[in-house]
Amino acid sequence: MSKDLSGNVITANNLLDGTVVYMSSQFKWVLDINNAKVFSNDTSIEKALIHANKQQHEVVGVYSIRVDQTDAGIKSKHFREQFRVKGPSNYNHGKQSEVL
Amino acid sequence: MTQIVSDFGFSPLDNVINYEVYDKASETSKAIDLPSDADLNLFVYDLNQLKIIRIDFPSFADGRGFTLAKLVRIRGFKGHLRAKGHIISDQYAMARRSGFDDVEISQDLADRQPETEWLFRSNWKKHDYQNRIGFNNC
Amino acid sequence: MYNYTEFDDAFIKARNSQFRNQVERRINGNLTEDEFKPLRLMNGLYLQLHAYMLRVAIPYGTLDSAQMEKLAFIADRWDKGYGHFTTRQNVQFNWPKLTDVPDILDALAEVKMHAIQTSGNTIRNVTADHFSGAAADEVTDPRPYAELIRQWSTDHPEFQFLPRKFKVAVTGSKNDRAVIRAHDIGLRALLRNGKIGFEVVIGGGLGRSPMIGKVINTFLPEANLLPYLEAVVSVWNTLGRRDNKYKARIKITVHEHGVEKIKQLVEDRYNEILSTFSGVNHELFEEIKSAFAPPVFKSKGTKYFDIAYKENAAFRSWVDTNTHTHKISNYSIATVSLKAHGKTPGDATSDQMRQIANIARHYSHDQIRISHEQNIILPHVHKSDLPKVYDLLKSKQLNTANIGLISDIIACPGMDYCALATARSIPIAQEISIRFDELKLEHEVGHIQIKISGCINACGHHHVGHIGILGLDRAGVENYQITLGGDATETAKIGDRAGPGFSATQIVPAVERIILTYLKVRLNKHENFIHTYQRLGIAPFKQALYPKESQSPKIQRRTYAA
Repeated sequence: MSKDLSGNVITANNLLDGTVVYMSSQFKWVLDINNAKVFSNDTSIEKALIHANKQQHEVVGVYSIRVDQTDAGIKSKHFREQFRVKGPSNYNHGKQSEVL
Repeated sequence: MTQIVSDFGFSPLDNVINYEVYDKASETSKAIDLPSDADLNLFVYDLNQLKIIRIDFPSFADGRGFTLAKLVRIRGFKGHLRAKGHIISDQYAMARRSGFDDVEISQDLADRQPETEWLFRSNWKKHDYQNRIGFNNC
Repeated sequence: MYNYTEFDDAFIKARNSQFRNQVERRINGNLTEDEFKPLRLMNGLYLQLHAYMLRVAIPYGTLDSAQMEKLAFIADRWDKGYGHFTTRQNVQFNWPKLTDVPDILDALAEVKMHAIQTSGNTIRNVTADHFSGAAADEVTDPRPYAELIRQWSTDHPEFQFLPRKFKVAVTGSKNDRAVIRAHDIGLRALLRNGKIGFEVVIGGGLGRSPMIGKVINTFLPEANLLPYLEAVVSVWNTLGRRDNKYKARIKITVHEHGVEKIKQLVEDRYNEILSTFSGVNHELFEEIKSAFAPPVFKSKGTKYFDIAYKENAAFRSWVDTNTHTHKISNYSIATVSLKAHGKTPGDATSDQMRQIANIARHYSHDQIRISHEQNIILPHVHKSDLPKVYDLLKSKQLNTANIGLISDIIACPGMDYCALATARSIPIAQEISIRFDELKLEHEVGHIQIKISGCINACGHHHVGHIGILGLDRAGVENYQITLGGDATETAKIGDRAGPGFSATQIVPAVERIILTYLKVRLNKHENFIHTYQRLGIAPFKQALYPKESQSPKIQRRTYAA
């Protein structure tokens, strides 16, 4: 049985090209949600969010999302965020069409 | 140091003006402050007794000050009209066209919006669609 | 169409250079995102789910072949080879990079286009009847007035930081094809004693609290149009709520203060504003009007049309659904469907755009319109050219004969693109379209308008759909609510909510049940869905949507299969 850990991840869009990005454990912005840092308690994400919001030269629209850590990787709990991981469902555009 | 922005750039505000609250003014008032939600009808005296009217912009997203300024000018005010608060350089032309003579900003804002950016918008008479179309009687 | 003067060109050039400067300052940190956001919105640049989105203005939905070709060029050069045409007659690019946008704007400027005020708390694109200048039922072409309003509202110093967005629509016909009663200001041109004036409707709007607009002036002489509009917006700028963005639109202001009070305030302010107005610059207006003069129409016979209509069933079918009577006999208004079965409503590839430009140049007097129903109009096609036009459309899959039918669905981009969405709308539109194509019922069903919105903001205009579908998020799952009996025309009406929502797998069978019921209870095949609904009310449809246990097991199984 896989351990199902839930937590929070910080996401945003890259300032220059709008690509969906996630904050990693090195406080860098990465493309793959599976490389995102999962925060398991509220205190640590508040500080990280403040830090993330200051990175205005890199990103825009910072917020946190709820995720589950599964065997298949980090999965967002909400379907909206699942779309942001992949891309739109009507064309093969966005991240689903790019090699990460 | 508070900066006053005009068509020529920055100059520090070096005199103290005693602005009165507009709806508590009297017939001897010389300077009033209008908040962004002012009801101009509450100033019951002649606008032209005033030397200066200052209109507040609590947030640059709050555009009521531009309408207030327009109204003040429509009602015949010939004195000095100053915008004050969170106004960004990109709003300078709007302020001038609405009837403001200049803009009062904090040093903090002035630091982030250097003089060159305000001067970049100082040709506020150019590209004036409203004037060209017939709103030119003010 | 309107010819840009030196003034317009200089304005755009200066505006673009300002925006380029603003982008630089954002990137180098001199502008915070909070400060940059309203500025980028004023230039039509949104941040969406996956990327930025640039909304290009197509004033009153009118463009020519050179402009359409430029949109195709932009799609190929800076986007992913396609564009999306919207319910406000604009076009959206879903994948521009922030750093490319100044270049895109410069490219647009080359063909006198821009993205000014297509977003933000400003006066937005003025939309107009997409059959303007071509329809027989017009009192006057409303577009010169739309152009006047566009100029008046462009970079208006007082109105760049309004409480919320502000939308204006104009029609010149009694048959309202511009949804004027669901706009902040709706204008209908009238002729009285040989003079043009306007019926002024304010406070219409869809979204969270849908409302049909109220008439505040039954005949506003054309000379007073601009100062009167200025008075309306000025009063609203003062009164509109700034504490709650869901209560900021003028429809709420009218609702909260009462239409009589607002009317009085507008009249008072109008009288003050008149002193600042020396009258519309006569020369300017004459120039504008002359730019909208009708083209030199061809006069020739319709032999080719008559033969093709008789002999080619597919062509005949297309003519019957996709063409509309033109005011000039032997001419036709042709609608190009962007609703091919299974495709995303309102999308056109760059190839398709170029083909439409090509067709317009040769066969529509170089005129194109975008309709709020997300289709493209060729307003002036001589009937004898229709067969050729049809073939050219067909070569690029633009010949779907479904205008006004069930697959001619209006759908917003929804959660596939939009950061505001609560559910997807595109897949639902695709599935409904495919389903009814499969069932081969489209022509049997006849005229019906399905409109789908992916959230409560109602950009898909679902409130005024005959069948409206609203996609919501119910406990983390997409859920679709149905409204029935809405009307987007001069008899505007907000649809009635049918009941609890349906899941993504149940919604299409639900729509099917509505249609099958309609087919069962209509008087005859000449009674359209909306008329059947008006005659019988919601009861039979509600019954079909929510069958009780006593219904046949077959139906029950269908409901549970989802």
